[in-house]
Amino acid sequence: MSTSDIIPGTPVNEPLPQSELVKSILALDLRAAPYEGNADCPAVQVPVDGLLKLLTKLRRDPEFNFDMLSSHTAVDRLEQNVFELVYYLYSLTKQKRLLVSVLIPRDNPVAPTCSGIWKIAEWQEREVYDLFGVCYDGHPDLRRVFLEDDWQGFPLRKDYHDDFMLTREPIES
Amino acid sequence: MSVTITSLSERIRIPETADSPLDTQEYFINMGPQHPATHGVLRLMLKLNGETVQEVIPVLGYIHRGIEKIGESVNYRQFVHLTDRMDYLSAMMNNWVVAMVVEKATKTELNDRIQYVRTILAELERIQSHMLWWGVLGMDLGAFTPFLYGFRDREIITDIFEETVGCRLTMNFIQPGGLMADIHPNFVKRVKEAMTYVKPKIDEYEELLSGNVILQERTRNIGILPADEAISLGVTGPPLRASGVPYDLRKVEPYGVYDKVEFRTAVGTVGDCWDRYWVRVEEMRQSVKIVEQLIDNIPEGKTMLMKPAKKIIIPKGVFYSNLETARGILGILIASDGVSDKPVRIHMRSPNYNNLWAVDRISRGSRVGDLVANVSSLDLVVPDIDR
Repeated sequence: MSTSDIIPGTPVNEPLPQSELVKSILALDLRAAPYEGNADCPAVQVPVDGLLKLLTKLRRDPEFNFDMLSSHTAVDRLEQNVFELVYYLYSLTKQKRLLVSVLIPRDNPVAPTCSGIWKIAEWQEREVYDLFGVCYDGHPDLRRVFLEDDWQGFPLRKDYHDDFMLTREPIES
Repeated sequence: MSVTITSLSERIRIPETADSPLDTQEYFINMGPQHPATHGVLRLMLKLNGETVQEVIPVLGYIHRGIEKIGESVNYRQFVHLTDRMDYLSAMMNNWVVAMVVEKATKTELNDRIQYVRTILAELERIQSHMLWWGVLGMDLGAFTPFLYGFRDREIITDIFEETVGCRLTMNFIQPGGLMADIHPNFVKRVKEAMTYVKPKIDEYEELLSGNVILQERTRNIGILPADEAISLGVTGPPLRASGVPYDLRKVEPYGVYDKVEFRTAVGTVGDCWDRYWVRVEEMRQSVKIVEQLIDNIPEGKTMLMKPAKKIIIPKGVFYSNLETARGILGILIASDGVSDKPVRIHMRSPNYNNLWAVDRISRGSRVGDLVANVSSLDLVVPDIDR
């Protein structure tokens, strides 16, 4: 593909300058680090065993007060052999959004549940379990949500395959 | 480590105690998947004690189509066509959110014409969606006339869509970089006519249903959702505002041209079914107001800024956008590798999936009949839950 096939003006986004929000989270000393990838909002990453502590702090501390978990999902990074769990937190009082990212190994995908912090996490985590097979430690009701209980495999994993799948041939243009 | 995977059959098992008297026995009963009050193939397992609801367990997946999986093998323009199969009553907004995240990631500046037309179309969509909801709520609570009224008036707006878009339900009109086509020459005239038609109709709705004693009895103080629990449950849209949280993305993070129009956010006080009803009726009025402010001032300009023949490649990273549909906040997450024109992962944060789980909270301790009012007041669209 030549460069003329690409919509102009779309090369590489400049990484956002570290915002005040990220700086104040890093100052908490809860093992949070600046997000390594490219995100369009303030973002931090944290090791999986420090996740619950950080999220609890972000929810309870009136300085942050992230009272809504607006979205939680996973991204399958097959080449790095990890799942990236992303938590989009939102604060209704401060009107700020924050991305918290966690990497967990694909062969042992276990993360702590945050359903004790936000109730909706219980069902957003069930969706991630259903489609990615991420097991949430301490989840009150971990079971399939869309697929049947006896379904084999987790469809949104990149290496998922079953007998009914259609393979797509790339169309030469 | 305490990860235990359960199943539905384990979840609904009631321990057998042989000597329990009949009047205190708990039992499960199925509501749906084919039940008129669930507006689609939604199955609710009700744990009952007599007629008192003790727990509601939604069972999903009857129309799960794997849109997120399909999304990984199509490009962004093709993905737009899948989104209006989700919440088919907010198809315009579903298209818009995909366009929004792609434009945000590629840093495309849009001209005013595109923004004006998008905003008008989204507000028309909101009006027709709330009209349908109003009719269906009436029917759920035993009044058939609102259903006919709602569908009759909704036709006026879907006719406008049919003329400009070519479709009545699945729009595919808002594309990354602009619009699929320019608006029809009759568009402005017909929208104005429709607004003069719709405005007195909303008052008529109020006269017909709002003051009705049966509706009042069946909605007032039924299914109360306190504000703090609504936030924790991830409820957004009219149900959240009915609980007294004035959170409307059109106000808080204005997109389109919402920052140029004047409108007010309807906010409830109690968070019961009646507040959710009232908030939506008021939103219809505000939407009419928005359309009327914009329709005369659509500026000239191009309606497509990205050449359709060119591939759209999003820079490497994770991008998130959201907007306010008729039912709440629709978010979209795209993870891109920066090389392919297809996403690595595409996730839709659908408003209905997140609003659904409040049913359990607001129905506990109430009667089965009130459950129908609760489900109806949350205005669930099942294809958006299952995706």
